Amino acid sequence: MSKNSEAKKEAVNVSEMIAQNKKKKNISNLFEKLIPTILFLLASITILTTLGILYTLLSQAIEFFKRVPIWEFFTGTVLKPLSQNPEFGLLPLINGTIISTIIAMFVAGPIGLMSAIYLSEYASDRVRRILKPLLEILAGIPTIVYGFFAFTFVTPIIRAIWPEVEATNILSPGLVMGVMIIPMIASLSEDAMTSVPNAMREGSLAMGATKLETTLKVVIPAAFSGIIASFVLGISRAIGETMIVTIASGSSKNFTFDITQSMQTMTAYIVEVAGGEAPAGSTIYYSLYAVALTLFVFTLTMNLLARYISRKFREEY
Amino acid sequence: MIKQVDATQLKSKMNSRVRKNAIWKSIFLLSTLFGLLVLAVLIIRVVMQGASWIDIDFLTGRLSTNADRAGIMGALLGTVWVMLVVIPVTLIIGVATAIYLELYAKRGKIQSFIETNISNLAGVPSIVYGLLGLTIFVRLMDFGNVVLAGGLTLSLLVLPILIVSAQEALRAVPAQLSEASYGMGATKWQTIRRIILPAALPSILTGSILSLSRAIGETAPLTVLGIPALLIPFPGGLFDTFTALPMQIYYWTLDASLVAEYANLAAATIIVLLVLLFVLNSVAIFIRNKFQHRY
Amino acid sequence: MSTLANNKMKVQVKSKQDEETEAATVESGKIVYDTKDLNLWYSETHALKDINLEINEKEVTAIIGPSGCGKSTYIKTLNRMVELVPGVRTTGTIAYKGKNILDRSFKVEDLRTQVGMVFQKPNPFPKSIYENITYGPKIHGIRNKKILDEIVENSLRGAYIWDEVKDRLNENAYGLSGGQQQRLCIARALAVQPDVILMDEPTSALDPKSTLKIEELVQDLKKEYSLIIVTHNMQQAARISDKTAFFLNGEVVEYDKTNTIFTNPSDSRTEDYISGRFG
Repeated sequence: MSKNSEAKKEAVNVSEMIAQNKKKKNISNLFEKLIPTILFLLASITILTTLGILYTLLSQAIEFFKRVPIWEFFTGTVLKPLSQNPEFGLLPLINGTIISTIIAMFVAGPIGLMSAIYLSEYASDRVRRILKPLLEILAGIPTIVYGFFAFTFVTPIIRAIWPEVEATNILSPGLVMGVMIIPMIASLSEDAMTSVPNAMREGSLAMGATKLETTLKVVIPAAFSGIIASFVLGISRAIGETMIVTIASGSSKNFTFDITQSMQTMTAYIVEVAGGEAPAGSTIYYSLYAVALTLFVFTLTMNLLARYISRKFREEY
Repeated sequence: MIKQVDATQLKSKMNSRVRKNAIWKSIFLLSTLFGLLVLAVLIIRVVMQGASWIDIDFLTGRLSTNADRAGIMGALLGTVWVMLVVIPVTLIIGVATAIYLELYAKRGKIQSFIETNISNLAGVPSIVYGLLGLTIFVRLMDFGNVVLAGGLTLSLLVLPILIVSAQEALRAVPAQLSEASYGMGATKWQTIRRIILPAALPSILTGSILSLSRAIGETAPLTVLGIPALLIPFPGGLFDTFTALPMQIYYWTLDASLVAEYANLAAATIIVLLVLLFVLNSVAIFIRNKFQHRY
Repeated sequence: MSTLANNKMKVQVKSKQDEETEAATVESGKIVYDTKDLNLWYSETHALKDINLEINEKEVTAIIGPSGCGKSTYIKTLNRMVELVPGVRTTGTIAYKGKNILDRSFKVEDLRTQVGMVFQKPNPFPKSIYENITYGPKIHGIRNKKILDEIVENSLRGAYIWDEVKDRLNENAYGLSGGQQQRLCIARALAVQPDVILMDEPTSALDPKSTLKIEELVQDLKKEYSLIIVTHNMQQAARISDKTAFFLNGEVVEYDKTNTIFTNPSDSRTEDYISGRFG
């Protein structure tokens, strides 16, 4: 049994070589000490991004509010940035944003939730494994493609059925935006529902309740906060969506509730003004940032609200 | 004992309840299929409209106002150039940030501050990133509306996605492996570089490709940066002006009311973009399946 | 409480006597690890209480006790792996060859180079067999291909696995069986020629045949290395170790020659544990 000790004797003296190498490892020691700092500096780029966004929006928006009173901006119903006597009322844009979001949520809310119910409560493992990746494809389609689809396909169909609808209108992009948001609501709500413990379902099913009754009376109430959070995130997504409404809803700045007409959202306004090469330093240029700041506050509030809801009301199972 | 439940009544009620359940089950299924139906219609429609316009001249040709001669080589090259910026920038910053958060930062205020910040950034509308890029890269740093400005803007936009997926990838590496390495006397960085990163690499690459495909499809930030519509010269470097596939689709769609064929060109370009995304995602799925370790 | 204190005193007295007798008979018996008044806390949990242990060179020291008794914590303190758990605090000293390893100035990488470790579950790297062995030498700056080849062969021979893998050194280590993986991990530890090998329940995930092979290997390894083995398997401790420490609730109840512990324990709790009355 002496092969082991022989092996060590014959062997090169590794431990000695290591000890010698240790002495000359000062450079790598220094490197080792610098690593955390280097990584921290790279990680702080994300913080710089936030600061950059805040600085950009705030500094330019303040310029705008020096020229247009805040109160006038937020309560004005007339938006005529290019006219001789320009008026900068934000309400038409807020109106367009809210209406397109409502239309989108009319589609995405129920269909997304019902998809989630099917995937979480009814679908077999095999069916779910096929359907979920397909739904993810829907989420991966670039928004410009949806915009094209709304403008060249959905709008003509709507107009064939309902001739009063204009060539550019808020209805068609709202509907298409809803389709785009379905996978988001479906997958987030499904997550919330699958995390409801099976014991709760079994308790209901064992008393003779049908799957539908169990879903409506046990699963959905238990997953309610997660479902609401997914809706809020969907709303945030709709508010920030740009290309679909830019292409299919045109640039009319009318303050109207008529969904057959063209309306402009905050995002579409930014595209129009930035793309129109507004001269830097002009009031219309600064208005870009005031609108973007409002948009930023809207979506940030929604995202924080979603996180608050899912944390605060998280069910303890 | 008083009978509280009438058996016959219960039975007849039960039948209707079971029927109701079956009806709703089909409604739920139809809802799920609705999204997929729209997806199918969208793809069929685009292919029918655009497929016949795709040929080698379209792919390699220059832009032209004449629909029959127009090509998308410039936009393709622009997209490739932007990818060449986005890939290294997001990989380096994203992986470094993920390593810092997962392996170096102490659990506490700084770490949770950075993580909260990242999840907030993920929810900022892409058009706001456009304004950031316009103000910082195009104007302040005076790059102009060139490849570098577009690439950096899109990098910042998709960085949160990559960071979160890289964090998950690092977290999935079993602690036993790093324990074995520390047990051999390896330093922290040696362990990260030689054990943790190689083990997490497939998942990191998958996340990187997925965030890249998000960047490629983005249009809104580019419109704000002032990426031009009609650009004849091809981009050849980081400081050249460029256009990209989604921008090309955008302008052709807008001008479809002027020249009807432009809608077909837009559809053809959409096919090219979707094929590109499909290839990228297939590669990502391939990497994920092929190199997934069974620890 | 007073019996507890008494017992502890007895243990210490006994082990000292033992040392003397052993020193008289065997020429080895040089102390490799000298633990004095070691206390350890995980945040608020007091996991190790006043540990005093002297561990001899080139012997097999077994550490036994029911789960949660602190035996794994103790062995992980010996190469400071316990520091990977956040919120760990220690007091007392552990002298390794005369130097206190709990001292902040003691470089933990140096310690772990001299003290190898084998874990409960085989944990080869997802790399080739060859790369698994060369990992240690490489991180410590050995790059010469010829030397590395030699190290690989010697280490694999030393861990009784050379004949099984010599024809597939470039294959992934995950293709090996559990027992082979564990011997590969032992070979990996041998590659940097440590002085001490710590084994944390090295056979608990293995089948009886692989277990036997590793026990045989341990007997051979003690000619060159000091081995400290945590095990929940008392027969194993009896079979392979020279001395045994019995841990209970974070304390050393008894530490003595293995023979004595298993035939004539001085503490009733040791006897209870060994005869299977608890744990």
